[in-house]
Amino acid sequence: MSLTLQFVPYVQIADLGSARRVKKLLDLVKQDKIILLEGRLEKQEEADLIEITMEEIDDAFTGIELAVINPQGDSDNVVDKLKSGFANMLLGNRTGMTIIGPANIVAEIKQNPTKIELMMKEGPQKVAKVARKRRMKRNK
Amino acid sequence: MNFLKKFFKKFVRDLFKRKSHVKLGLYGPPNSGKTTLANRICLDWLGEEMGSASSMAHETREIQIKEEINLQRNGKELTFNLVDTPGIATRIDYEDFVKKGMKKEEAKARAKEATKGVIDSIKWLDDMDCVIVVLDSTEDPYSQVNITIIGNLQARDIPVLLVANKIDLKKSDIKKIEAAFPQYQVVGISAKNGKKIDAFYDALFDVVQ
Repeated sequence: MSLTLQFVPYVQIADLGSARRVKKLLDLVKQDKIILLEGRLEKQEEADLIEITMEEIDDAFTGIELAVINPQGDSDNVVDKLKSGFANMLLGNRTGMTIIGPANIVAEIKQNPTKIELMMKEGPQKVAKVARKRRMKRNK
Repeated sequence: MNFLKKFFKKFVRDLFKRKSHVKLGLYGPPNSGKTTLANRICLDWLGEEMGSASSMAHETREIQIKEEINLQRNGKELTFNLVDTPGIATRIDYEDFVKKGMKKEEAKARAKEATKGVIDSIKWLDDMDCVIVVLDSTEDPYSQVNITIIGNLQARDIPVLLVANKIDLKKSDIKKIEAAFPQYQVVGISAKNGKKIDAFYDALFDVVQ
């Protein structure tokens, strides 16, 4: 049994509208993949991701775990804000990284500003078996 | 462009604030004590509770509103409509409710209602004039749900007061919350037994007015 970590470069979502960005990421997560997205979503898109996740929850899909690493932080300093605003203008929200995993596999993502820990649920084999069973039940 | 949008929203909100009552939202993750705090506020100023609180997550699954709560302190007065929202989460599994002793069908129904509650909470963000984010001070504050809620409030330019709840518990650590969100005022309270509730009301006046 293996876990899939899928890297999504920012260019793959850069030209998509908010709704399609969120949908693309969620579709990948629903395939039991852990997504490593280069950069960050907008704050509103993060809220949209939670909202759409809630709409899609059923017996087989129980939600997501989400973490964003932002090396620049959300500083209140005017100079820092100008710097990050300028970088975002040139590159988009390309700095940092977003990790999104399916809740049936990732139990918890613990984060602090410098470290991220992915706590896996029970054992991946058992979890995958449960998810498979739930999916089969739903498709019956 | 973004600056103009924010300025316009703030202008409209300020205009609205003068005409009518402030809409004060209680936001946070599940089980942080939002309804316990709402009940404390309502008991203190209206003499009646707002809703039922329990140790099981997602007890509040619908938006609840108490209108015209009038706070008076040190000669100052503040009237607001209190909006208690369901806890925001990224995952809801009916089996978690089954593990707590619920029957399967009941658990599934509760999970469904809980997902709708989260959606409503997010939708209501735009309607708030001021928000109290209630965090459990015994839990790690660096969760993405907390960061996303606060980030969205910041992006909407909505004034925020952070409440570090459950300070009566041994594991409580207000400093961790202050370190995680240094740009906001943090008030430590126990909504359950009313500890430091006066400091909370003082801070509320500062943030809303």
